[in-house]
Amino acid sequence: MPLIETPDGPVWKRRATKETLIRWFFWLIALAVIAYAWKGISDKTIWFFVQDAPRQAADIGGRMIPPKFSYMSRLWVPVWDTLNIATLGTVIALFIAVPVAFAAAHNTTPHPIVRTIAIFIIVSSRSVNSLIWALMLVFIFGPGVLAGTIAIGLRSVGFCAKLLYEGIEEIDHTQVEAIEATGASRAQQMVFGIVPQVLPTFAGIGVFRWDINIRESTILGLVGAGGIGLELSGSINTLAWTQVSMILLVILSTVIVSEWVSAKVRGAII
Amino acid sequence: MLRLEGLKKRYKTGDYALKGVDLEIPNGQVIALIGPSGAGKSTLIRCVNRLVEPTEGKVYLGEMELTTLSSSKLRKARRRMGMIFQEYALVERLTVMENVLSGRLGYVGFWQSFLRKFPKKDIQEAYRLLDRVGLMHMADKRADELSGGQRQRVGICRALIQDPDLLLVDEPTASLDPKTSRQIMRLINELCAERGLAAIINIHDVLLAQMYSQRVVGLKLGEIVYDGKPEGLKPAVLTDIYGEEDWEATIEEVDEDELEEAVE
Repeated sequence: MPLIETPDGPVWKRRATKETLIRWFFWLIALAVIAYAWKGISDKTIWFFVQDAPRQAADIGGRMIPPKFSYMSRLWVPVWDTLNIATLGTVIALFIAVPVAFAAAHNTTPHPIVRTIAIFIIVSSRSVNSLIWALMLVFIFGPGVLAGTIAIGLRSVGFCAKLLYEGIEEIDHTQVEAIEATGASRAQQMVFGIVPQVLPTFAGIGVFRWDINIRESTILGLVGAGGIGLELSGSINTLAWTQVSMILLVILSTVIVSEWVSAKVRGAII
Repeated sequence: MLRLEGLKKRYKTGDYALKGVDLEIPNGQVIALIGPSGAGKSTLIRCVNRLVEPTEGKVYLGEMELTTLSSSKLRKARRRMGMIFQEYALVERLTVMENVLSGRLGYVGFWQSFLRKFPKKDIQEAYRLLDRVGLMHMADKRADELSGGQRQRVGICRALIQDPDLLLVDEPTASLDPKTSRQIMRLINELCAERGLAAIINIHDVLLAQMYSQRVVGLKLGEIVYDGKPEGLKPAVLTDIYGEEDWEATIEEVDEDELEEAVE
């Protein structure tokens, strides 16, 4: 009862007193949980190392400068591999994601059982990190670019299909209804009524995922799945810090370029 | 030519949107379906082409009974019924031409329509219709670049290219200004006369209903409460359909408008 009658006229409050008290109570519990968790972490930390941390960071930072620019001549190929892993992986993912998304969307699914299967594909793809996919695929396909590409593809299927099927469910239904009213078949309704509406979403998702995959593919080399990550782990293991800083610079500029490209593409399609 | 017998529609919530409607529309007759929001006007015309499945009752288009048709036969029957929508319902990201040609989807195969390879005859007819409604120069524009009135004209072309016997028109003027509303209603009327089409026009605006129809049907809570000449819409009748209100002004205005029309 937010509206309270008083002798001076009605008073309005956002919440009733009881509700306010309950809210404060839940805030208190949340604070207590955080404090308890903090203590748990603190007990298991060796604080001696933490005190040392700034000095260590400064030490490594110092060793990284200046970056070894001559090392670049050996980085062109891994960078190219990384870009290929990301791009091909995204293309593979989109090819698989489109039918999965149409099967998963409420308004286009042929049958509830098909929908359940599609949702399962999406969830299982999304629940496994691409690094873990890569770890397993390196065993199956052997180390190299192929394992990385498929890892990126499998990881991206769920992401793309989920966003795409949400896009399909949000379309304006009357446009589809109008096509249906002309006597069009279900396949024709899809091509004329639904696809034109989700095309911008589709392009946006593809570019967005490509952008993410560039970052993800830089790390896959750590488990032997090709790309610049291989050089990175090699350089860290041999404590070649000037090479590490050079690689980090290259990754940074690759990501900046991909960011710029995807912003341009997204601007063009909206 | 179109005959509804005891048409009922119950929604999942249990409410009856239509409580047994009997209606017969002869060839070439344009009727206006009026009534308050929620009276079941939209449901009624959607039950005819089965965008909404009727719960009970029969719908005859000519000799054919529609409510029991299989989906492939229903597709064929839908080709004979053109539909025009309140918010135009054009596919916004397709061109005007593609929107008009989508009216032929019931006649062409999947790959033909996927590749946009419509028969030459259809394309010529599309241009002829666009010319008829004055939108020839807009054929290659995207539908979302058009104004409301222009979009509704494209919607009309899409319905007519089906070569229908019957038009189902759902609030064609609800999103248009008064002048455009009249132009659109006049256009629908002229086209029906030219082609001898029957039409059911759902409309909120009593004035427009009176000006542009040969017969008015009043629907209230899923039942027909008036069926007769436009001139028969006396205050008592309107009160019956919509409830108590001062109707005199509404009716007087009609006379003035009709005079204007006559002078023009």
